[in-house]
Amino acid sequence: MSALEEQGQPPVSAPAKLDEPQPVFAARDTTFERLLKVLIPVAMLVLLVLLWAWYVKAYNVPHYILPSPLRVAQSLVDDWGTLSSALLVTLKITFTALGIALVGGVGLAVLMSQSRWIELALYPYAVILQVTPIVAIAPLILIYAPSTQSALLICAWIVAFFPVLSNTTQGLKSTDHNLLNLFELYGATPWQTLVYLKLPNALPYFLAGLRIAGGLALIAAVVAEFAAGSAGAGSGLAYRLLESQFRLNIPRLFAALILLSFTGVLIFAATSLLSHLLLRKWHESALKREN
Amino acid sequence: MLTYENSQILKDRHVSQSNPVPAAAGTLSAESGSRRPLVSLSGVSKVFSNGTTALQNMTMDIRQGEFISLLGPSGCGKSTVLRIIAGLGDPSSGTIDWPTSGHDASGKALPEISFVFQEPTLMPWATVFKNVWLPLRLKGISKQEAHDRVMEALEMVGLAKFADAYPRELSGGMKMRVSIARALVTRPKILLMDEPFAALDEITRFKLNNDLLHLWEKFGWTVVFVTHSVFESVYLSNRIVVMAARPGRVVNDMRVDAPYPREEDFRTSSVYNDYCRDASAALHAAMGANDHL
Repeated sequence: MSALEEQGQPPVSAPAKLDEPQPVFAARDTTFERLLKVLIPVAMLVLLVLLWAWYVKAYNVPHYILPSPLRVAQSLVDDWGTLSSALLVTLKITFTALGIALVGGVGLAVLMSQSRWIELALYPYAVILQVTPIVAIAPLILIYAPSTQSALLICAWIVAFFPVLSNTTQGLKSTDHNLLNLFELYGATPWQTLVYLKLPNALPYFLAGLRIAGGLALIAAVVAEFAAGSAGAGSGLAYRLLESQFRLNIPRLFAALILLSFTGVLIFAATSLLSHLLLRKWHESALKREN
Repeated sequence: MLTYENSQILKDRHVSQSNPVPAAAGTLSAESGSRRPLVSLSGVSKVFSNGTTALQNMTMDIRQGEFISLLGPSGCGKSTVLRIIAGLGDPSSGTIDWPTSGHDASGKALPEISFVFQEPTLMPWATVFKNVWLPLRLKGISKQEAHDRVMEALEMVGLAKFADAYPRELSGGMKMRVSIARALVTRPKILLMDEPFAALDEITRFKLNNDLLHLWEKFGWTVVFVTHSVFESVYLSNRIVVMAARPGRVVNDMRVDAPYPREEDFRTSSVYNDYCRDASAALHAAMGANDHL
């Protein structure tokens, strides 16, 4: 995350000759370090792709077992029409499920923090929903839900809901007792205590839950589609994966896989960025340690 | 004695409704304060749910303008007294009276209290300004309306320049100042402080001791200050209530008649020394033979 931090140093323009001995300046070191933080992952990626390409070529691996990176890229371009519309479907399910999970998770957490009785009544069912494997419930949901799309949505929601609920509940509960005393002393209403104290206190916990839920929503959207075995024009990336496998169109399978990974990484980066922006002023997790 | 005082309190309550005492500690309020306590504890006991008797049969009058230190070893119930006075947790038995304070419809006292905890107890997500604004905000006073009062409180503790800083950017002493500013912003009649400087280094503590005394002299609130330091209690207060543990109880109630303002030279004076010796002796007597530390 440190790349996102504002640092008042100009970027170094000529990083080309890295093998030259660097003079040891503190300021120079930090820019150099920041450069390395970008360069090392990129270099690693390039290295891995090159290794992959070399392996396929050197050992003459048939493309229906392991396609070369070039073939995968080609497939990504050629099949973009099919893949992009499938990606759109998966994204729609993921984000709708995540949205409902956020509203429901935070809402239920607030409700449970207000009354111990509600918590006792509802929390066990939230746990049961979470611990039962989604693949096992999916067939039932498919029967009950009005359409396949809504069934997928329900599956993704069930999975994404719990981390939000559980983390937000934890955050609401772990409010500093002295601050609670202070609010009581000044005659705060339950609503004021919630808005000015408990919710801000729960924010870091909620954001950690959001990061988990974002990734899980995507996973659940894919897994549920596997379980549903949906097909046709309105289906998502999971169906395209299965279809490619049946047709031994492995380059397209890889292309779909890359799209999925990329989406997952983007969701993670977006939620991390959001977390950083909201917490950078005050929370330990977003602060740079200085000694 | 007790019945006399109670009737006196009842009479005074009638007087106070028709003729309110000025909040500032001028000669008038000091004089009337000597007769009418601000807070009156009688026979207050507190037993915790685990069976520990934190406080046993405490009777004490707190008068307008007093700077009282509750001095005692840990476990003597001095923080418990403070919390009970603040209304955080009810006593198991006994009563607390606020003869001069207003009461709500149900007869519950509405004292103007502020509390300073041992930790600064600031909201880390809010700026210094917003932390100090909090007590007013909870009363529905908008940021604009509160602005001058918040800045005035910050000015008092010398932190006006740090209004937009976050608590994590401040040192321990500065955080405690913010906490004090937050307590002052409501202009309380009585300031309750629970070992506020215990976690600070000595230099900072002396500095804050002096600042607190100056503010107290200037505004004339009543302060109840919990401490386990003999030296701090003698330096600050004009009355020291010595408490003992197991069960928590009052064992000595001594006056410190050294005049204010007290400055650094008071710390090295022989008067200060004598009072410290007396308070120490009282504390040791309080700890008694059955306390093996």
